[in-house]
Amino acid sequence: MKDLDPLIFFAVFQEMLGPLLWILLVLVIGGTAAFLILLIKEKGIVAKRLVRAELVGLAGGVLALVLMAKVSSSGFTDAGGPADWFLIALVFGLGLIGTAILVYAAAGWKTLLSGQKS
Amino acid sequence: MTRAPELSDALKTLETVKLDRRAFLALGTAGAGSLLLHPGSARAADKIKTTARIVIAGAGAAGLSAASHLAQQLDGAKITLIDARKEHFYQPGFTLVAAGIKPQEYTVSSTAEYVPAGVELVTERIAEFDPEGNKVVTESGKAFAYDYLIVATGMKLDYAAIDGMDVEQIGKNGLGSIYHSPAGASATWQALSAFADKGGVGVFLRPATEMKCAGAPLKYTFITDDHLRRRGNRGKAEIIYNAHNKAFFSVPIVSEKVRMLFKDRGIKTQMDRVLKSIDLGKRIATFSTPEGTTELPYDFINIIPPMAAPDSVMNSPLPWKTGGWVAEGWLEVNKGTLRHARFPNVFGVGDIAGVPKGKTAASVKWQVPVAVDHLVADIAGKTSDSIYNGYTSCPLITRLGQAMLVEFDYENNLTPSFPGLIAPLEELWISWVMKTMALKPTYISMLRGRA
Ligand SMILES: Cc1cc2nc3c(=O)[nH]c(=O)nc-3n(C[C@H](O)[C@H](O)[C@H](O)COP(=O)(O)OP(=O)(O)OC[C@H]3O[C@@H](n4cnc5c(N)ncnc54)[C@H](O)[C@@H]3O)c2cc1C
Repeated sequence: MKDLDPLIFFAVFQEMLGPLLWILLVLVIGGTAAFLILLIKEKGIVAKRLVRAELVGLAGGVLALVLMAKVSSSGFTDAGGPADWFLIALVFGLGLIGTAILVYAAAGWKTLLSGQKS
Repeated sequence: MTRAPELSDALKTLETVKLDRRAFLALGTAGAGSLLLHPGSARAADKIKTTARIVIAGAGAAGLSAASHLAQQLDGAKITLIDARKEHFYQPGFTLVAAGIKPQEYTVSSTAEYVPAGVELVTERIAEFDPEGNKVVTESGKAFAYDYLIVATGMKLDYAAIDGMDVEQIGKNGLGSIYHSPAGASATWQALSAFADKGGVGVFLRPATEMKCAGAPLKYTFITDDHLRRRGNRGKAEIIYNAHNKAFFSVPIVSEKVRMLFKDRGIKTQMDRVLKSIDLGKRIATFSTPEGTTELPYDFINIIPPMAAPDSVMNSPLPWKTGGWVAEGWLEVNKGTLRHARFPNVFGVGDIAGVPKGKTAASVKWQVPVAVDHLVADIAGKTSDSIYNGYTSCPLITRLGQAMLVEFDYENNLTPSFPGLIAPLEELWISWVMKTMALKPTYISMLRGRA
């Protein structure tokens, strides 16, 4: 795997995830957009909601690790070196941040749309 | 060999847009692709117009990948893929099936689903290669004339060279052979699992010929050790690895690392042992040694047979005529360009190529674009400076859940893809994750000419 071409990564991910890749991409882009628009509309972060979203995010991080362990027929207990800890942190981090942003955005829009002040 | 009409065709090269790639780029750019893509990653989108007849012998990893690359770059070429086997085997998955990690179906798909549009698939075996007459003849007697030939027939597993061996017995009476087939790999898992429940003597080996994925015999030895440990039966078992020469692996630094790991796991090793015959009923394997022969009784054995070119290639003018590969029949190609040494319109890619390293799917990934580049340059009347450096890779599983991502070239240099992140000689989970999650998608993308 010399000359690592980003396109190759993309092709591989597409092969690995199939339609799930597009669903994930829509979730990532949609979630980020919803989050950013919410930030602008509310002119800042709502601290209480953020804390709650982060708590749910923790569960999201754990779920991401469990999923990863399942599809790879192994466990993060097999970690043998720094690259492994990096991967574990990455998977956990992505699960946490992704879930937190989605939960924050969903909760924010729910309050916005139902017209209440949080 | 460039034929005059093709040359003029090539000079009239039309601006043919490669729709699939364009569409793909557009999609990619719309999504996360905007982050992933950089401008330089788009290849020239122009196809070369030609009427060249290209025959690809064998539709395995190398043949399919070559067909995809050619179809992407040529417009109007008559590309014919010839292979009797309708099923496609993802062979690197055999190890995982035999380890009890994946079901047999994980490794089986159909050839047809990877054949690119515009390429004809002929489901026949080639019986004769006639590079002087620029044609191949199939078993039914049909002749296919070509301007260019890509030989990608892979290799023959020569079980018959082991006296007393019977492939029908794989899975029974402690006999395993992960190389044989998806069913053979699965049956081997049954035999291994039974052995891991009882313990006894486990015998492991590799042939003295060139072989595909020289790491696989080692991986399976480590996997057996781990299964025994997980079932608490390691103490009841003796594991013996028989090397065919004085090394465990052709790359010295890797061989040395394997020696240390074997020592660490309590795996006994014997050097200069080559399996000659086997008594399946009595469970005795007979090895040749520099001093004569020696018998080794076993409770479980993983047979990896000698490997050679398929008969049709072996009996053709294409193999090496001198040197150590005459008996095995590998194609006499230039190790950098993969072009045949005596027939310049013939290329050899994949396992059949007579080059000092390779014989892995990972090598195919780097060989095919080089051979295709030279072939396409011939058609266009140009020259190519693409060179294959011997890149070979082997995720060497050292226990369930860990592997070493060993990558190297002709010079025995380690060539890590992720230097500084994934250490090649370290047993890592991330390397195992790649083997179990990313390798098959990468392989399939390769068949489609996308990776
Ligand atoms: C147990 C095992 C583990 C492996 N592990 C790995 C790994 O971890 N990583 C890795 O990179 N590689 C691995 N490999 C190696 C990899 O699978 C091969 O190197 C790769 O498949 C080679 O591709 P090929 O196209 O040359 O041969 P193949 O994929 O074998 O295809 C050859 C094709 O040619 C056809 N053919 C043969 N003779 C004729 C004829 N006369 N006419 C027409 N068609 C013919 C056959 O039917 C076949 O379809 C492993 C292989 C095995 C068996």
